[in-house]
Amino acid sequence: MQASQEKKPESENVAENGEPAIVIQDVSKSFGPQRVLDGVSFNVRRGETLAVLGRSGTGKSVLLRIIVGLQDPDGGAALILGTNMSEASAAEINKVRMQMGFLFQHAALYDSLTVEENVAFPLVHHRKDLSQSERHDRVEQLLEEVGLSGHSNKMPSDISGGMQKRAGLARALALDPVILLLDEPTAGLDPISSGEIDELVLKLQEQHTMASIVVTHDMVSAKTIATRIALMDKGKVVIEGTFDELQKSDERFVSQFLHRDF
Amino acid sequence: MSTTPSITPSVPMKSNLLFGMLEWFGELGIFVWQVLRAAVTPPFQVAEFVRQLDEIGSKSIPLVALAGSAIGVVLALEARYSLVRFGAKALLPSAIVFSVVTEMSPIITGLVVSGRVGAGIGAELAAMKVTEQIDAIEASAVDPKKLLAVTRILACIVAMPLLTLAASCFGVLMGWVAATLTEPISLVHFINAGFKGAGFKDFLPPTFKTCVYGLIIGTVACFQGMRAKGGAVGVGSAATTSVVLSSLFVILADVILVKVILLLFP
Repeated sequence: MQASQEKKPESENVAENGEPAIVIQDVSKSFGPQRVLDGVSFNVRRGETLAVLGRSGTGKSVLLRIIVGLQDPDGGAALILGTNMSEASAAEINKVRMQMGFLFQHAALYDSLTVEENVAFPLVHHRKDLSQSERHDRVEQLLEEVGLSGHSNKMPSDISGGMQKRAGLARALALDPVILLLDEPTAGLDPISSGEIDELVLKLQEQHTMASIVVTHDMVSAKTIATRIALMDKGKVVIEGTFDELQKSDERFVSQFLHRDF
Repeated sequence: MSTTPSITPSVPMKSNLLFGMLEWFGELGIFVWQVLRAAVTPPFQVAEFVRQLDEIGSKSIPLVALAGSAIGVVLALEARYSLVRFGAKALLPSAIVFSVVTEMSPIITGLVVSGRVGAGIGAELAAMKVTEQIDAIEASAVDPKKLLAVTRILACIVAMPLLTLAASCFGVLMGWVAATLTEPISLVHFINAGFKGAGFKDFLPPTFKTCVYGLIIGTVACFQGMRAKGGAVGVGSAATTSVVLSSLFVILADVILVKVILLLFP
């Protein structure tokens, strides 16, 4: 076998040798006069889940979009699997994106495609080695993982919000990602559906050992699924640590945030 | 005390309008460059292109056929009246065929497709944009311009001459029906008289100029759709501006292309 074939891509090595899969370095971003991110830094390794909490408009979703490369930061860098997303070429960015799964806040399912076609979308475009039956089997397996067996032929408009989130999650997992990004996975869901989504994320995290970031307002959800929590206010990370460490904090904003739910 | 009307507010308004237009054309230029680059870079989205060809081409045929038929009938009735007055009734088939094929059919097809397809593409892509579906495509490491814009623009370019041909056929056929209802004439005689002295060079350039209309309709609609902002209002606005701007540019392009065709194919 040739050396070039044996050598894994740099990005995979970064993810597997214990280095953080996601490195956020002093990222800042403004929209007009409004500064939504102001020097945000943190790392996430494989097997870790970081919950990012904060008030509305504190730039949590913008942070995820910077990580995926949908937006460029004004300052700082997002190093994802060793690639600087704001400086890399389109081909390099797409290479990293193929190792990322992104669940959008409103699932962002393609409304002209069925649930099965939605989940199959990344496979159709990036796994051309799969036959149609292999692709179908993979989609069925993913839908079973997220508890949507039997709903594959339905349109996104025919299923509930919780089911849409599950389908979005199945689509995010289609290419066996190294990184999973979840934007408000429980927003707009009833407590039972939220609990189910939390259990599902925990189960998937155990099975796939990904580096995950969950943006949420839901402290219960964050406590359940996250190994660490970063609390943001006015574009900055006010505190980062485990839930227990956050509880011990004397910061007024932290206690206000925690005691709103507990 | 009387006050003198101030003219100052109109100055910033005019400069805003000018900057807005310059910004729009600048963004359009960047969009066209990105689409061109995506169009020549593999992988090619053949399946989506075929789907769009069906969506834009096949499904526009009934509307285009109806529009073509209408202009055929109107031309037959109007031209007969004028030609009879000047004693040139024998020229009726030629008048109908030439008017339909060289000008009426291309421009009517362009405007009809601007309305149906331009609004459809504009609204569809705008809805995808505001519901983050386009971001989801990009996050899946698929170029949305290649998947959504290139396929639709190419489908418009390919479909337009075919739709124009359909409109021309129906226009000539219904022109004959209208003519024969007034004064019976056989279809073969009508066709022979209509195409007498005309060659392919008379009909091919006007038909193929509609490729440019297709380029305009597809590009403007995709551009307006993919830059939509806001919710339902943004979607509505993208659909409306797609139709208005593509229709306007089709008419402007027609003026230029007629002159170009007359110069190149005298």
